[in-house]
Amino acid sequence: MERARPASEPLPSRRLTPDELPQLAQQIRVAALRMISRANAAHVGTVFSCAELLACLYGRILRVRPDQPAWPGRDRFVMSKGHGSAGLYAALALRGFFPRERLDEFSVDGGSLYGHVTHRGVPGVDVSTGALGHGLALAVGFAAGAMRQAAPWRVYALLSDGECDEGSTWEAALLAPVWKQSNLTAVIDYNKIQSLGRVDEVVPLEPFAEKWKAFGWDTREVDGHDIPGVLEALDPERWVPANRPRCIIAHTIKGKGVSFMEDALLWHYRTPKGEEYERALAELERSA
Amino acid sequence: MRTAFIRSLMEVASQDPRIVLLTGDLGFAVLDEFRAKYPAQFYNVGVAEQNLAGVATGLALAGHVVFTYSIGNFPTLRCLEQLRNDVCYHNADVKIVTVGGGLSYGTLGVSHFATEDLAILRALPNVTVVAPGDPSEVAQLVPQIVGRPGPVYLRLGRAGEKVVHAPGVEVVLGRPTRARAGSNVLLLTAGGMLPVALEAADLLEDDELDAEVVSVHTLKPLDTEEICALAARFPVVVTCEEHSAIGGLGGAVAEVLLEAGIAPTFRRFALSPGFPAGVGSQEYLRKVNALDAPALQALVLSLTGTRRSAGPRFAARQSG
Repeated sequence: MERARPASEPLPSRRLTPDELPQLAQQIRVAALRMISRANAAHVGTVFSCAELLACLYGRILRVRPDQPAWPGRDRFVMSKGHGSAGLYAALALRGFFPRERLDEFSVDGGSLYGHVTHRGVPGVDVSTGALGHGLALAVGFAAGAMRQAAPWRVYALLSDGECDEGSTWEAALLAPVWKQSNLTAVIDYNKIQSLGRVDEVVPLEPFAEKWKAFGWDTREVDGHDIPGVLEALDPERWVPANRPRCIIAHTIKGKGVSFMEDALLWHYRTPKGEEYERALAELERSA
Repeated sequence: MRTAFIRSLMEVASQDPRIVLLTGDLGFAVLDEFRAKYPAQFYNVGVAEQNLAGVATGLALAGHVVFTYSIGNFPTLRCLEQLRNDVCYHNADVKIVTVGGGLSYGTLGVSHFATEDLAILRALPNVTVVAPGDPSEVAQLVPQIVGRPGPVYLRLGRAGEKVVHAPGVEVVLGRPTRARAGSNVLLLTAGGMLPVALEAADLLEDDELDAEVVSVHTLKPLDTEEICALAARFPVVVTCEEHSAIGGLGGAVAEVLLEAGIAPTFRRFALSPGFPAGVGSQEYLRKVNALDAPALQALVLSLTGTRRSAGPRFAARQSG
């Protein structure tokens, strides 16, 4: 048993143990909170809903090499919900793809980390996103490429629920099972809030899992903040569908981790500043 | 052109396993031989052009040279944002191939007229825009397109166009190709207007005008040096394209010449910016839309002041 580390202390660069992942998730939240606040940016709620998902992916599931970001054998990750960029950049920095200080370059004048995910000059980012509904098709293309080359690397895409309104998402969803893409996993951050309101009130997606199943995906629903459950679902060794892609519908809470941000549309937009920032930070540090 | 394309693609694909062809469920009969010979290099993504562009990008980023194939507006306008954000921003090795450039599918109606594609694609970053003038250009350009890294848009006509270049003419991607030498008038063409311009040049011989015809198959990047050098030699320059007068070859050449301070008498021989009138064969539509050889002849005569004047109607129709 390792000694308990302070929450803010860097985690080791090796593959993390499941016990270390909650700490990575909280570090992602803290880093993103800071980035978004100093940049007067938005989308803090959308980062918080997928912090555990990113922590599981970058801490344990994805076979990537931070010191060799373009390693040809790496798993490909598509952050289809490109507005969650602060979370992705934080995860990459915390895992050692680039120095943490570079997170200060998020969404500011002259910065290099754009408000929506960019691959340009950012180690570890395979594809840029930001317009919703693009990511799954890119992932299907990557998966087809791996299959063509009989390469062992896998493809993961993280989608928002809102982008399941896009027809293009379903074009890709139709095709991946036809091409028997068992090397592809779509994870949906189902936080139940989209741009102008609750998913149930805007364009309801339910019965959501049934839709993916009907399209031919091996589909599971998990609590997206329950790390053991997420790991169980994500681990290709533990869940190996034959000849079809996997879909993980992760039930999450927008703004998860800060009481006054949870399940609130406002924090899709509002920048945490001043006292709100301090309270949010205190809550995150307390829970870590 | 379509036949020349698929023959040429099969040749390069047989040598290069990185090459894959994706269709959006079009190409009946045209793609059959490719599919039969190279099944591992062929994918049909279905009637889903956004997916076509996205999947192509993923495949390209995984190390392939990807050709997407469909009709005119489908793999271009239908998925324009995928072309911009996915294909172009990642500078992916995706070669977007369309058939039915201009009014090729004249009987099929406005949905199948590809008359703004050059302008729209030309505005996207990183993409090379190519509109060959005859099958011999297509055959020579396809291997060069494979060898050019990054996105390329290849706009083809239909099947059955005649080869108009003399045998042995070398066609180089990025460089205009002269089809006819002349001294009085310069006709610059994009895509399938090359034979129309050559026909007009023959008609102009009777008017004692000696037109030079140059196929500007590569609209972007435009060979600005060569365009300026050519234009400086002629008092009259006309661009010819089966495309809207907005933003295609005419716009590209006008931008270059004006900035270079080269000021010949200049007109765009193109479609007026509205939807093309009528339905019918390509030949018929060219006639009713004043885009055939006699119309080009008349325009040139009006500009040179030689004999009968057609008045300014062709040039003045453009209203923005």
